[in-house]
Amino acid sequence: MESATLIDPPMISPISPPPRRASSRVADSHDARERPPVFHVERLSIFYGDKKAIEDVTLAIPSKKITAIIGPSGCGKSSFLRSLNRMHELVPNTRMEGKVLFGGEDIYAPQVDPVVIRRRIGMVFQKSNPFPTMSIAENVLVGLKLNGVHDRAFLRERLEQSLRMSALWDEVKNDLHKPGVSLSGGQQQRLCIARAIAVEPEVLLMDEPASALDPIATAKIEELIHELSANYTVVIVTHNMQQAGRCSDYTAFLYLGRLIEFGSTTKIFSNPSERRTEDYITGRFG
Amino acid sequence: MKSSHKHLWRKTKSACAAVIAFVCALLVIAPLALVLFHLIRSGASAINWSFFTELPKPVGVAGGGMANAIVGSFQLLGLAALVGVPVGVLGGVYLAEYGTARGNFALRFMADVLNGVPSIIWGVVVYGLIVLRFKSFSAYAGGLALGFIMVPLVTRTTEEVLLLVPAGYREASLALGISRWKTIVHIVMKTASKGIVTAILLALARVAGETAPLLFTAFGNRFWNHNLSEPISALPLQIFSYAISPYDDWHRQAWAGALVLVVMIFLLNLVVRFLTRERMA
Amino acid sequence: MPVVASSAKPAVRSIIDRMARPSGVGDRVFKWLTLAMALAVVALVFLVGWQLARGSSLAIQKFGFHFLETSTWDPVAEQFGALPFIYGTAISSLVALIIAVPLSIAAAVYLTELAPIWIRQPIVSLIEMLAAIPSVILGLWGIFVMIPWLRTHAFPFLKKIFGWTPLFDGPIYGVSMLAGGIIIAVMILPIITSVSREILRSVPNLQREAAYALGATRWEVTRIAVLSYAKKGLFGAVVLGLGRALGETMAVTMVIGNTPQIRASLFAPGYTLASVIANEFTEATTDVYLQALFEIGLVLFGITIFANLLAQLLLRTIGSTITPRAVQ
Repeated sequence: MESATLIDPPMISPISPPPRRASSRVADSHDARERPPVFHVERLSIFYGDKKAIEDVTLAIPSKKITAIIGPSGCGKSSFLRSLNRMHELVPNTRMEGKVLFGGEDIYAPQVDPVVIRRRIGMVFQKSNPFPTMSIAENVLVGLKLNGVHDRAFLRERLEQSLRMSALWDEVKNDLHKPGVSLSGGQQQRLCIARAIAVEPEVLLMDEPASALDPIATAKIEELIHELSANYTVVIVTHNMQQAGRCSDYTAFLYLGRLIEFGSTTKIFSNPSERRTEDYITGRFG
Repeated sequence: MKSSHKHLWRKTKSACAAVIAFVCALLVIAPLALVLFHLIRSGASAINWSFFTELPKPVGVAGGGMANAIVGSFQLLGLAALVGVPVGVLGGVYLAEYGTARGNFALRFMADVLNGVPSIIWGVVVYGLIVLRFKSFSAYAGGLALGFIMVPLVTRTTEEVLLLVPAGYREASLALGISRWKTIVHIVMKTASKGIVTAILLALARVAGETAPLLFTAFGNRFWNHNLSEPISALPLQIFSYAISPYDDWHRQAWAGALVLVVMIFLLNLVVRFLTRERMA
Repeated sequence: MPVVASSAKPAVRSIIDRMARPSGVGDRVFKWLTLAMALAVVALVFLVGWQLARGSSLAIQKFGFHFLETSTWDPVAEQFGALPFIYGTAISSLVALIIAVPLSIAAAVYLTELAPIWIRQPIVSLIEMLAAIPSVILGLWGIFVMIPWLRTHAFPFLKKIFGWTPLFDGPIYGVSMLAGGIIIAVMILPIITSVSREILRSVPNLQREAAYALGATRWEVTRIAVLSYAKKGLFGAVVLGLGRALGETMAVTMVIGNTPQIRASLFAPGYTLASVIANEFTEATTDVYLQALFEIGLVLFGITIFANLLAQLLLRTIGSTITPRAVQ
């Protein structure tokens, strides 16, 4: 197998990584080795009541890279993602075992406040949900304002920064007072991304961010994700394999709550080590 | 053919049933038409400026109005809201956002049972609680009785309204690192604010027409109330005492008062309807 | 502070760090505050029970269970028996149910199954308007419009036809048990109709479709697929209406005649538990008198709680909880 070049790998036809990533790939692997992983997940298991959603997953999520979590529906991808910022606790009757270390600290330690964790680990959801009673500007800044930041100049600056970083500034800069829900679906999702990054998290978790969008909006989101990875670690759950192949640097394949394989995206898609990974990638089951 | 006869008979039965049901529906709304008709016929003539501005005149003297009753009703509603709104809304918040399934089931059950308690019982309760203790009828007592009626009502409707707010908004807010209580107050309640206001208005419309609980708490007053710890007049009370009196003039004023009260209540309901109209988004 | 290097500019970092550090106090306070308010409903139930029991304790001691069996109500001689009022409440409510239930359920059936779509919302709105009319105003209409008409037209007619039965026997005054029953019927029509509507609407369409598929007519579908499925819930709606009827005060007081007696005839004036409290509470000159009225309140509270408990149980077992709302 010629893994050093990027000719279409023999086994998978639909995957063709976007050309511009080719040049940065070699440099990336250098950087990744220098920066410690953002997350160390050790033997994580999550239970909803008696049902085991995630079983014994151990994984290290690299810093400032895009990690995709793929797998058939119901395999626990969302549960895993939500366990990274303690959002799965919102469901009653959940239990977890194992550890999730974020920058060396166990985020599930008893003295850790989930509220603080969630400021450092942001989340974007499948269905865009800008707050309906708020304008675009208010939506972006709500995380800051409700957490006690009132410096007007800073807020204005942050508003523009966040909207620029989510590629929305030019489209809405004259309509900042308009309701957040007056935007189109794709714009709303970018607004939610702006809202999430306004509080300057270190990580962005994205739960199928583009699955409810049309192809053009999806493409914009994917492009945005690439740009965001310069500043944030991105973990994205997607049921769309091609999207994972296009967007991510690393991929984790989950099946029935277990981690089957984790590695660089090129390797996973061109030369997976596990049989089941290969079966999933080639579409033998979905 | 026997079967087509049977079929015709079944179809006829069906058509008859439809007609009977339609007639029944008309009979259900007929009283509304009758009452409104007489309200307007008998009440409109007695409505004039003095009705809204003057106090009741002594027995036998013609004229006078129900100014104190109208103002008194508003005052009582204000007092009732002071009790009913905070307790009811916050109680509804608890039921919607916190609690266990079993605990909340019991609480809801109790609230629904309370909603069925006859309003006169609240009057008796507040009589024992306040009037006997302070040896006086008062606006406070009347307002408290009405407030007690409001509490389970506002609690349940607030809970319903909050549960309608999609979970996605709560999630998005919490994911931003906003604390739970701020999420509830600034995001959830704000989103449901129209519904909460509606719940309060509906409860106010309901207690605005209550007479029984006021009979021995607010008691009524032929003069202006200057002190909330004294008896106070209210529109329903005045209507009642005029209606059972033997004087024609007072009967006419009772009709007028009734018309004003109905208009007030219908207006409140219209406002609610306006607030909850489906926007063609 | 995390070990991970952050790309954020130092200035931004420090401002973010100045965000209010959550202490959890806000969350705890808010939760306990709302819990306390929610527990108010529990407190209220106990408050009512306690006040009524306390206010009637002497009378309970004095009269015991005879209170419920005696039919003498003589404040002067300090003889108090609740039987006439229990009778009055029971009969007037029964009459009201007999009139209102068929009409309400038929109307609910019409609105959910048979009516053209465009007519449904207007009729529903009108029923809601009827529900919003206060009891005292209905009573006003009762005194000056309904009673005269009953006295001059309806009652003589009934007497002509049914005068041979003890129910429609005796002199006609206008104010009567029957008038009380009719006016209560008008008051409970909206609630039975609207709750029945919700019940019928919650019957899954599959039931109807299955019956249609078998070739049933509209009425047959309604009868077989909908009404029998909704039986329990409809019964719950009726009991809810009964609960409302039992506690109805003002309109009844104004048309029932307020005479503590037990008569077979529906034309005879009567007295209900709620009415006697309304009329005589402020006139109660002696302690025993007042206590007896408190005891009447306790009896009324007891029977309405029972009826409402039953109604709530029935309505909840069909899966949905119908909030009575302001249509009460």
